Amino acid sequence: MPTAVSAPVSAAVSTPLLEVENLTTAFRRDGAWREVVHGVSFTVGARETVALVGESGSGKSVSALAVMRLHPRQASRVGGRVLFEGRDLLALPEPAMRGLRGDAIAMVFQEPMTSLNPVLTIGFQIAEGLMLHRGLGREAAEAEAVRLLDRVRIPAARSRLHDHPHRFSGGMRQRVVIAMALACRPKLLIADEPTTALDVTVQAQILDLLKELQDQEGMAVLFITHDMGVVAEIADRTVVMRHGRAVEAGDTAEIFRGAHHPYTRALLSSVPKLGSMAGETRPLRFPIVSATTGAVDVPPGLPDTVTPGQRPVLEVSGLTTRFDIRGGLLGKVRGCVHAVEGVSFTLGAGETLALVGESGCGKSTTGRSVLRLIEPAAGSVLLDGEDVLTLGPAALRERRKRMQMIFQDPFASLDPRMSVGAAIAEPILLNRLGTRAEARARTADLLQRVGLTPDMASRFPHEFSGGQRQRICIARALAVRPRLIVADESVSALDVSVKAQVVNLMLELQAEFGLAFLFISHDMAVVERVSHRVAVMYLGEIVEMGPRAAVFGDPQHPYTRRLLAAVPVPDPARRGARHKVSADEIRNPIRALDYVPPVRQYREVSPGHVVQAWGEEWEPKGTSAAA
Amino acid sequence: MRDPAVLGLDPTPAAMGSPLVAEGTAALVAAAPALAAAVPDAAPARRRSGPHEVWHRFSRHRLALVSVVVLAMLVLGVLLGPLLWPIAIDDIDFSAMLQGPSAAHPFGTDDLGQDILARMISGGRISLAVGVSAMLVATVVGLTVGSLAGMSRGALGPVLMWVTDLFLALPQLPLLLLLIYLFRDTLKRIFGVEGGVFVMIVLVIGGLGWMPVARLVRAQFLSLREKEFVEAARSQGATTFHLVLHHILPNALGPVIVAGTIEVSSAIIAESTLSFLGLGFPPDIPTWGRILFDAKDHLDVAPHWALFPGAAIFLTVLSINFIGDGLRDALDARRVV
Repeated sequence: MPTAVSAPVSAAVSTPLLEVENLTTAFRRDGAWREVVHGVSFTVGARETVALVGESGSGKSVSALAVMRLHPRQASRVGGRVLFEGRDLLALPEPAMRGLRGDAIAMVFQEPMTSLNPVLTIGFQIAEGLMLHRGLGREAAEAEAVRLLDRVRIPAARSRLHDHPHRFSGGMRQRVVIAMALACRPKLLIADEPTTALDVTVQAQILDLLKELQDQEGMAVLFITHDMGVVAEIADRTVVMRHGRAVEAGDTAEIFRGAHHPYTRALLSSVPKLGSMAGETRPLRFPIVSATTGAVDVPPGLPDTVTPGQRPVLEVSGLTTRFDIRGGLLGKVRGCVHAVEGVSFTLGAGETLALVGESGCGKSTTGRSVLRLIEPAAGSVLLDGEDVLTLGPAALRERRKRMQMIFQDPFASLDPRMSVGAAIAEPILLNRLGTRAEARARTADLLQRVGLTPDMASRFPHEFSGGQRQRICIARALAVRPRLIVADESVSALDVSVKAQVVNLMLELQAEFGLAFLFISHDMAVVERVSHRVAVMYLGEIVEMGPRAAVFGDPQHPYTRRLLAAVPVPDPARRGARHKVSADEIRNPIRALDYVPPVRQYREVSPGHVVQAWGEEWEPKGTSAAA
Repeated sequence: MRDPAVLGLDPTPAAMGSPLVAEGTAALVAAAPALAAAVPDAAPARRRSGPHEVWHRFSRHRLALVSVVVLAMLVLGVLLGPLLWPIAIDDIDFSAMLQGPSAAHPFGTDDLGQDILARMISGGRISLAVGVSAMLVATVVGLTVGSLAGMSRGALGPVLMWVTDLFLALPQLPLLLLLIYLFRDTLKRIFGVEGGVFVMIVLVIGGLGWMPVARLVRAQFLSLREKEFVEAARSQGATTFHLVLHHILPNALGPVIVAGTIEVSSAIIAESTLSFLGLGFPPDIPTWGRILFDAKDHLDVAPHWALFPGAAIFLTVLSINFIGDGLRDALDARRVV
């Protein structure tokens, strides 16, 4: 299936800038060639943005790297034709290709932390390309670099030219990378998941910036992403990839309006849409569309799992966690990171409380402090009325079977040298909840419960896919029959369709076992789907907390509004309706030793919906004044 | 919890490897616990798993496989040699002094007409035993110090590392000489001449060789203890001891095995150096290093005398290093071979 659907020619595109015809890519492994991209064709017109979208392993990045001829020569084989301005890139001699890279075709990579050289100043790294391709002298190149940094809106560009990358935040680094890519005014920019590693508000800024720069420079963009929200936001045309084939290509609006291929429909249906839960009171499972037949499985409603009036499983009050920053010759404590500052909340059985916020806001530290994986500095954590923070080591180990954790990266949280069966049986045996035979039986049972088969117990983690691994982690957490599960970004690293299934599983398990979930996530759309109540964290403090419908439907705090406004909406029709996101950054929570945290006032907006009173630092941003 | 027998695994993992491996290569002495640890349980089903899988991976490593054969031949040679080559090591024959290789003396003779092959068979036993024992001493000390330092969050870690750095900074050869002069007689009285020198050399070489292992283990522990799977086990109620034994140590063993094989090599070389300086075993007990030492005055007329023990040391060290490489790769369950 080289081209599934011929793309409708968009207006003003006569001869495409980039024409990829029947592209195949094979890699050598174990001496055998394995084809991972099977004949993909697409075109990118001048000034056009084309999104290559697909889940992990779909071959989207491999295809893009093949266009740039960046695969190692000995271990890869690229077939087909890649015409750039009429020239076949695959037939070009290496020196000519080198001349094109970074000049006419530039690339932006996913990880801004690793795509800059840490020992060179950013000014030099931007100027390097200019001196290489344009033959500019050092001074002229640096002057141009300043101009570029200004264009990607790095504040005080001239003074920051000689800074090293570690002095910039993730979003700022990605701007630097974009400035580098734009240095030689490329005709085509290949952006490989450029916003995936960034926070939503930063992502929104970078997307705005890319769009604006594209209009000014008149370049074409090949945008590789897994995020349908980003696609809707930015792409003129979309190519959907799966298993190394392009299953559907077309105008972005048309694909979102009525996709033909069942896989595209499955993909779109599993994308959580912010705002889709208006009017619902309880969490809702994702509808699952079969990727082969297109049949829709409409989710049955979930029973109400929350019984009011009971004592909450978890009562946290005044939780404070700080990390010392040491410096100087003798390692004296210089200051503290106030990671969690006076956080209080309750969580009942069968209830899901979502902790949302951007990276560095202290939501993960809160989760870990509740389980005492990190020792909090102050506060109390009552589990079924008993303070966890005052328990001795043995009593703590004993209580831990009532509270379990599911981590973000399922691969990292499974011992690579331990079979899956042994990993699930471990907590049972550790807590002496049964004999080996019983543990084995329960392992088989749990594997089945999370949608795997008992014979998988003897396999090792690396033999599973990401979604399966997360199911294994869930089974392991359930092994001790906990009351509370802290899910730390548990579905964030998963592909959308897998994410939907794992979320559904978690909701079913909650209904079955009456589990209390502390659901930590940065993904507002997923949070909207799964949670009963939401707490928004900023700089280690809860700024707004309340029932899900109240927080999403009537956000009060300026930060909550900013966060919600930044979420990309997977609907091209609503493009541009999004608020402009202000370009400021999250401040850091490092404080001097003598810092006394201010006493915060909370205001109840509606029953259960409380908002922290905010100071004037929020006012001039102009998102809204106090209600 | 990892008792292999309960989980339906043949409790002797090494026996399921190759007969060659089982036949006691020196490196496998070190690897046996690692093998057992790396193989928590196994499926009886169609899948290659457990020891089979480890063997399969190991056998893909050509050089390691060849090295196993070479080392097995050397070990078998020194163990069974006296049965096949029954010439006494102190059989002096002044009519056949400094002869090159011949049918009567395949490796030639030395300046007293003693058969070098017989002396090498006897000396190889000591050299290999010293190498393996010193490696065990160094690895055990290194693992203990390294894991204590790696798990400690208080003052113990830095203190242990200062001690390690101190040992690294000591000039080794003068110290060896000093220790040997000081303790040779005491140990000889306790363990007898041969035993005393053996214990002393092993302790001295092992006691000065544990520092790289300790630093390696500490570095591994520092990174592994922050891994999510360790945190996951901790959140399930595991004690620190359980974490170290079942999660951290098995994952840290790969580099330790390589360090261990290097330790075997350097111990054999250190013993040779001591013998060469005349400070190891007494002159009437041959070791490979001692034979080399004796040969040095006759290099011009009898180069064979030095070549054969030299080649034996070279082959042993090289093959042990390759086996270490192979083992490290084979024991890494994630590695795609």
